[in-house]
Amino acid sequence: MINQLLEFSTIIGILTTAIRLATPFLLAALGEMFDQRAGVYNLGVEGVMMLGAFIGFWVSLRTGSSYIGILAAIFAGVLMGLLMGLVSITLQAEQGISGIGLFMFGVGLAGYLFRITIGYITNIEGFQPIKIPILGDIPILGTVFFNHNWMVYFAFLMVPISWFILFKTTWGLKIRTAGMTPEAADTLGLSVVAIRYTCLVIGSVAAAMAGAFLTLGHTNMYADNISAGRGFIAVALVYFGRWNPWGILGGALFFSFVDALQLWVQVLGLKIPYEFAVMAPYVLTILALVLAARRIWEPAALGKPFNREGD
Amino acid sequence: MKTSFKAQIITLLIAVLGALAVGAVLLLIVHANPFRAYEAMLFGPFSDLYGLTETAAKATPLLLVGLGIVIAFRSGILNIGAEGQMMMGALAGTVVALNLQRMPGILLLPLTLLAGFAGGAIYGAIPGSLKAYFKVNEILSTIMLNAIAQQFMVYLLRGPLIDPTEISYGTGFPQTQQLPESIWLVRLIPQTRLHLGFVIAILMAILVYIFLWRTVIGYRLRAVGAGPQAARAAGINVETGLLSAMVLSGGFAGLAGIVEVLGIHHRLLDGISAGYGFTGIVAALFGRLHPLGVIPAAFLFGALMLGADMMQRAVAIPAAIVQTIQGLMVLFVVGSDIFIRKPDWARQLLGIKLLKKKSAMGSYPNNQSPPLVPK
Repeated sequence: MINQLLEFSTIIGILTTAIRLATPFLLAALGEMFDQRAGVYNLGVEGVMMLGAFIGFWVSLRTGSSYIGILAAIFAGVLMGLLMGLVSITLQAEQGISGIGLFMFGVGLAGYLFRITIGYITNIEGFQPIKIPILGDIPILGTVFFNHNWMVYFAFLMVPISWFILFKTTWGLKIRTAGMTPEAADTLGLSVVAIRYTCLVIGSVAAAMAGAFLTLGHTNMYADNISAGRGFIAVALVYFGRWNPWGILGGALFFSFVDALQLWVQVLGLKIPYEFAVMAPYVLTILALVLAARRIWEPAALGKPFNREGD
Repeated sequence: MKTSFKAQIITLLIAVLGALAVGAVLLLIVHANPFRAYEAMLFGPFSDLYGLTETAAKATPLLLVGLGIVIAFRSGILNIGAEGQMMMGALAGTVVALNLQRMPGILLLPLTLLAGFAGGAIYGAIPGSLKAYFKVNEILSTIMLNAIAQQFMVYLLRGPLIDPTEISYGTGFPQTQQLPESIWLVRLIPQTRLHLGFVIAILMAILVYIFLWRTVIGYRLRAVGAGPQAARAAGINVETGLLSAMVLSGGFAGLAGIVEVLGIHHRLLDGISAGYGFTGIVAALFGRLHPLGVIPAAFLFGALMLGADMMQRAVAIPAAIVQTIQGLMVLFVVGSDIFIRKPDWARQLLGIKLLKKKSAMGSYPNNQSPPLVPK
């Protein structure tokens, strides 16, 4: 039983799956990091992911091109980001609740649109793996790291890029100021509202791409609840990663490894009850949140609506 | 205060209309007539005895869940875990009832209800203590606990708790055997599903109101919700407050779960929570987080859930639209809260330079209309 898990080919399989499954966690969590760095938290990531997953899939099915599909998903992400911005920034709503509203809206809308447009399970071709020249030929490492579709490479590339934007550019400094001391940002003539809107849209686009990855780059089909709570886990990863892209990378890899492991446990039909395997990532998320409980890195104005009257 | 109350009602109505208007656009996409769809959805539940009793039957778990949400939100902890707490309550109550079948119903019924409450309360204590002592974001932890409860329940229903006849017939449907008839909650009107749980839920609403506004503990909880630092300065133990709020909140969700088992299904089965956990949150927000306000809100959303089924049959619209509309309603309600909290500011936002600022200030005093969610 356990021997099966330790077989060489299985280990390679688990690791390859883990790298691939890190993609949605990375994209959604890096996006959420921008939201939170600017002082807004968006708990509706799961809803945006579901909508992105559906829109991406549907448009791909209709047009025959997954690239048009992902563009459509990105557009849906922009709209969801603006909606969240309207409620959370302009109307200064309690972000925990508006996020849950966005989640219900996104999941409901994806389910509704799926039923009125497609309604049954069907497959698309999706994004094909692109083998990186030379690196892809390295035994083992090549299979695990360098033989994935473009979204996987894109997600991993976003880690250093996000880090650079956030810590090495003026714009990154502005984002961090908006999240730490919005009053100071305002005094300096920065528009806190504009910064927060931009970050929400970026985060929402990233979440929509994360969702679209599930349908276009992973399962190549759409089903209800395909995101299975990954959006919420992504939010938790931001805490766990201490609002830092490298921390998020570590967390995303850890969770995708657990995710891959639980998939393989199911595939191999090991005698661990299937339900416990499914449960594992959720239990770990709670443990991760406990570990991340020391919040000294938290943006000081996170979750506090900003208005110039200062109340 | 009266004007403020009226303003709140009007704002809520506008929020409902807004959500329905966006929903209408979605209905137009499928060339469905939104008026016919909404007619089936909004009037169907009130057209006959079946509709009315079924609405009340659906309002029962919504009200119980909503009361728990009110306690939690008022105490400053956002419990999104009612779904999981409902399942754990239903599970605990069912296990007790199945194991003590021989006990007379008059003893077993209260014991089962108590076990249901306790199951939810204990499950609520987990995120409560994580929030109080480890500062773990309760929204995230409760959502994770929902998923865990779902898997745990299905595991038990497929394995140790499965109805033996399901195995002997080979159907394997994940449900327990029927609970003894002696503890079923009495049907208030024969041939309908309206049961005694409805009365229990209404009584609970009054009890929660008295608890929150007329007892010292209730006052302390609300003080924690209104401002933890001020509460701490006043000598209130904030951690204990957060934990007990979550215990009570989970308890009510658990009660909703076991009441649903004893009143409707008479056994535990997969899908027992049926989205009540989430809809209960919406109902609580709609009731402006007031225990008595949740009563009409629970009816509204009970009717909406039933109406969704009716609409699905009348105009073949996927029921998922109701979740969409509910999500929109949440967004509209929290979004419109600012119009109640800061009417002047909101008017400026809309570009309406309002007539007499003074009278506007007088009619909506900020200190009389609390924010929807205490900070």
